[in-house]
Amino acid sequence: MISQFFVLSQRGDNIVFRDYRGEVAKGSAEIFFRKVKFWKEDGQEEAPPVFNVDGVNYFHVKVVGLLFVATTRVNVSPSLVLELLQRIARVIKDYLGVLSEDSLRKNFVLVYELLDEVIDFGYMQTTSTEVLKSYIFNEPIMVDAARLQPLRPAAIFMQGTKRMPGTAITKSVVANEPGGRKREEIFVDIIEKISVTFSSSGYILTSEIDGTIQMKSYLTGNPEIRLALNEDLSIGRGGESANDYRSSYGSGAVILDDCNFVESVRLDSFDMDRTLALVPPDGEFPVMNYRMTQEFKPPFHINCLIEEAGHLKGEVILKVRAEFPSNITANTVVLEMPLPKYTTRASFELEPGVTGQRTDFKGANKKLEWDLEKFVGGVEHTLRAKLTFSQDLHANITKEAGPVSMTFTIPMYNVSRLQVKYLQIAKKSSSYNPYRWVRYVTQANSYVARI
Amino acid sequence: MAPPAQSQRSPSPSQPSGKSEVSDLKLQLRQLAGSRAPGVDDSKRELFKKVISYMTIGIDVSSLFGEMVMCSATSDIVLKKMCYLYVGNYAKVNPDLALLTINFLQRDCRDEDPMIRGLALRSLCSLRVANLVEYLVGPLGSGLKDSNSYVRMVAVMGVLKLYHISASTCIDADFPSILKHLMLHDSDTQVVANCLSALQEIWSAEASTSEEASREREALISKPVIYYLLNRIKEFSEWAQCLVLELVTKYVPSDSSEIFDIMNLLEDRLQHANGAVVLATIRVFLQLTLSMTDVHQQVYEHIKAPLLTLVSSGSPEQSYAVLSHLHLLVMRAPYVFSSDYKHFYCQYNEPSYVKRLKLEMLTAVANESNTYEIVTELCEYAANVDIPIARESIRAVGKIALQQYDVNAIVDRLLQFLEMEKDYVTAEALVLVKDLLRKYPQWSHDCIAVVGNISSKNVQEPKAKAALIWMLGEYSQDMQDAPYVLESLVENWDEEHSAEVRLHLLTAVMKCFFKRPPETQSALGAALAAGIADFHQDVHDRALFYYRILRYNVSVAERVVNPPKQAVSVFADTQSSEIKDRIFDEFNSLSVLYQKPSYMFTDKEHRVPLEFADELGNLSIGEAANNVVPTQMVEENDKDLLLTTSEKEETKGSRNNGSAYTVPYDGSSTSVFASQAQIESAVSNPTLAGHSPQASFAIDDLLGLGIPATPAVPSPPQLKLNTKAALDPSTFQQKWRQLPVALSQEISVNPQGVAALTAPQALLRHMQSHSIHCIASGGQSPNFKFFFFAQKFEESSNYLVECVINTSSAKAQVKIKADDQNTSQDFSTLFESALSKFGTS
Repeated sequence: MISQFFVLSQRGDNIVFRDYRGEVAKGSAEIFFRKVKFWKEDGQEEAPPVFNVDGVNYFHVKVVGLLFVATTRVNVSPSLVLELLQRIARVIKDYLGVLSEDSLRKNFVLVYELLDEVIDFGYMQTTSTEVLKSYIFNEPIMVDAARLQPLRPAAIFMQGTKRMPGTAITKSVVANEPGGRKREEIFVDIIEKISVTFSSSGYILTSEIDGTIQMKSYLTGNPEIRLALNEDLSIGRGGESANDYRSSYGSGAVILDDCNFVESVRLDSFDMDRTLALVPPDGEFPVMNYRMTQEFKPPFHINCLIEEAGHLKGEVILKVRAEFPSNITANTVVLEMPLPKYTTRASFELEPGVTGQRTDFKGANKKLEWDLEKFVGGVEHTLRAKLTFSQDLHANITKEAGPVSMTFTIPMYNVSRLQVKYLQIAKKSSSYNPYRWVRYVTQANSYVARI
Repeated sequence: MAPPAQSQRSPSPSQPSGKSEVSDLKLQLRQLAGSRAPGVDDSKRELFKKVISYMTIGIDVSSLFGEMVMCSATSDIVLKKMCYLYVGNYAKVNPDLALLTINFLQRDCRDEDPMIRGLALRSLCSLRVANLVEYLVGPLGSGLKDSNSYVRMVAVMGVLKLYHISASTCIDADFPSILKHLMLHDSDTQVVANCLSALQEIWSAEASTSEEASREREALISKPVIYYLLNRIKEFSEWAQCLVLELVTKYVPSDSSEIFDIMNLLEDRLQHANGAVVLATIRVFLQLTLSMTDVHQQVYEHIKAPLLTLVSSGSPEQSYAVLSHLHLLVMRAPYVFSSDYKHFYCQYNEPSYVKRLKLEMLTAVANESNTYEIVTELCEYAANVDIPIARESIRAVGKIALQQYDVNAIVDRLLQFLEMEKDYVTAEALVLVKDLLRKYPQWSHDCIAVVGNISSKNVQEPKAKAALIWMLGEYSQDMQDAPYVLESLVENWDEEHSAEVRLHLLTAVMKCFFKRPPETQSALGAALAAGIADFHQDVHDRALFYYRILRYNVSVAERVVNPPKQAVSVFADTQSSEIKDRIFDEFNSLSVLYQKPSYMFTDKEHRVPLEFADELGNLSIGEAANNVVPTQMVEENDKDLLLTTSEKEETKGSRNNGSAYTVPYDGSSTSVFASQAQIESAVSNPTLAGHSPQASFAIDDLLGLGIPATPAVPSPPQLKLNTKAALDPSTFQQKWRQLPVALSQEISVNPQGVAALTAPQALLRHMQSHSIHCIASGGQSPNFKFFFFAQKFEESSNYLVECVINTSSAKAQVKIKADDQNTSQDFSTLFESALSKFGTS
């Protein structure tokens, strides 16, 4: 049960504010914003998603730079409220097509309309975009999607693949396209976030894949859908320890540690032929989340060398090799590495003739940054940096620097080898052939090499 | 919404200041009100939107109330909705004007379109104006009977709203019983869910004054209702499922087959993508199996994978909420998670609040097989750029060292920290080495060699400096230059700002003096002089005390200040296990995130309804006594004991080395004399000297801390108990409910007793030999709970006892109820004496 719901902009302005029970004083949005902004005096730590000020519990989630906040005085389930906030953001996005400060401001009446149906007197009623359709009468006012930073994870598909219609994923579930006809289409995205830690000697300490099969349906009449996954997919690692890597590297079988499903999925034949059946409701939702610690081939190999090079000088050599096929290109690749704290200057040397790379030394937090717009499979890139220190290093230079962390996005590539074998839409008409998009993407969650 | 209070806020460029715009709007609305021109609805929409946008950003538009109501005569549903929103917002501050809206809302409640009926009813109930309630009863009554489920759904919440405006109107209209009927018969699950929410709130609020309401409230968790809801659970929305699951948590099944039925039914809820559903299910599982030790254990194994999946999917916020719950479970049963330690490794981009939880989890799950990897990982964090986390990582290494049996490798790591030459790393490591030495004095040789190399000038943090000084004093015989280091510290007395450090310095110089008198004498003199002249009361008092006791008798002084010490086996936990149990009972709530029970952060009137845990219901009756606690459980018990945290341990530990006290000391000679007599008696008593815990009690008392000296073992009183007493569980339960608590007290359990309490059975047999019988027992380490009973010899007078033993604090909370109140004191003495003999015989 919640008392208030509000959305604040990055500057702390109320974009929408709904008080359901009148139990929490009106100034709560300001109290909340001040608390979040100045959580610790040094500004070092960010506020946790849930905190209590004078008996009022504040919950917040950050979505596209906006703060979705709920308050209550009661000791409720935190996951319930946080889940709800996330879900409200999703419903609003389904309706507006694009979730941003601009689209919210333009459509706040519609948002109020949604909020009144989602929550009544603090109790959740429904968060189903499908069900809500019959209660909502305002038409969404579209904002120019191209101008805006689109909402993740949709954004990751924008580059790198020509097959994708650019605006499709920013389309409202209720708005009609010009010409009054809705385009029949369905998107199935396999999004994998990978975490890898390499030891200083380059071997893998920990690795995990956190995957989601996300669906967004624009099909009319809600036909049933069958989604077939790898037949050799198995779930649960039985008695094995979750961190035992001996298992089946390279053998072909995909073994998930565990997974969960959205309510509406029917798993009748899942055990037999690894097929998920569901009637996709309107809007975006995760069909299945999975977790995997089975060993996989890390997409990038990082090699870092840092050493002293004379009095008050040091040198860093950073080599990165893409271990995926050359027909695949990673984008927005960034490497970061903290340097010894006495570093005053760093001069960089890239490979001769490369383009689309940028280097930077952040003096304030003594960090080296290396951006690569594109990273083609099979290629290796090297960065050399000469460092100048303001005083002698006490200890071993490797103890003062690192680790190297990396972020990237690799479209049309997934490391787990989990696949959607086919996507069947059960509608008995020969002329009915909606667009089906199955897309894969791999992203770095925490990709770290120690030195 | 639209806090009027915010209107004085300085407006940003995008936010107009109000005044002139509002009067402008007023004019335009007035013009449109009567118009029937085509397209007028569109213009109205634009105006309404403006009004609502002003309302949102905090401009007071309540002065438009009249015009808004006039404009609301329309069939355009979008307009109607905006108008309802506006009205709901301002009715409370304009009760007179609100009356204007009643008419059109009531009319809309009878509209043909169910959407409009529902919307109007919702708005009508949202006015929150007390003198309008009479207009609510009629529409609500028909709303509850409406053929459309949307209207019924709204009407049910309307009843709850009415209850909050005027409880008596709601009760008089007999709405609760209508809701009850709807809850059990409506075909729409959201109507059912809303009825449940509303009834829980209403009956919980009424229960304090009405017998009937509290009966009704209990009826909600009766078997028929629970089964009815459980059987339909899959039809409910995920949010409503959470509601039902929360209710099921409070249900007490009659036998274990019922428990298994419920668990089997809910099994697939653990695979739900919504974390709230999964956590609510887990809570049900945990609560149901509390008394079934082995099944409870299986539950832990079973929920591990779904929890880990939830932690790694979803937004960072959701993942944090789940991780906090995982943290709670890991702290309760670390051995279950010991092979999953890699999941608790910190990722560089995680926020501090997540890292902190993970560090604690890593500390808890460390055991013989994984310690090496965990400590290696933690050492990586020690060089982290995030200094608070680096510090906590070092502390974690120390804690692991304190809970391990083979600390060899860890000691080396800690010593490496000392050599890293980062101020904060050195500081943290020093504190840890000190604790380590208190527990494993055998390591002194290796540690001292390294500590001796640290220049006290490089140590600035008071805690670290105090630790270093403590080691200098304690091991002055092994550290060549200890007297001289101390001497130079004493010379800089005035520059030392921390009283804690100065206190430690006094004690350390004393200890050094006893070991190496010629070298330390001058430093001691200087220290005592400086101490007595110190402006800080505690420092002054301690210096004076040392001075006087030295003058009285040096060897007595040595026995007081530097007695032979027993290694600390267990550092006290900061959080009592009662509190931890409370938090566990409140699983899937904010208590878990805040790590405190709800009463610490919630006002009374906002406590969750239905907080009536049946004490006995949580324990299995009779049969629990036969359950054998698995050996793993016992091990866990051991580990939990060793889980230390620095704060409390600091004060507790100092009791052993006689420092850091606040010593209330009046300085009069009689008092010194009196204390002296006690020292004599304490020290001359051979059984108490040195290593027994009682010795430190005696010293405490000398220092006037008011801690009772050696607890007197009471002589068995006259009361005689029936050795073959019998009482069936239901009678016990009934009596326990009826009788008032005659006595409630805390008893210390002797260390042997704690050690012997590996499983509840051990104590049961022991108590039985004292004619005190157990009827139910349960719990897990470090908290055991027992219900005992005894009967007077040749009489049917019963004594009932609830006894909660916490093995980490070595305390038992005892509640006694008796048929014959007069003898309860005698019985209590008997009970205490029986308990005190546990483990010694």
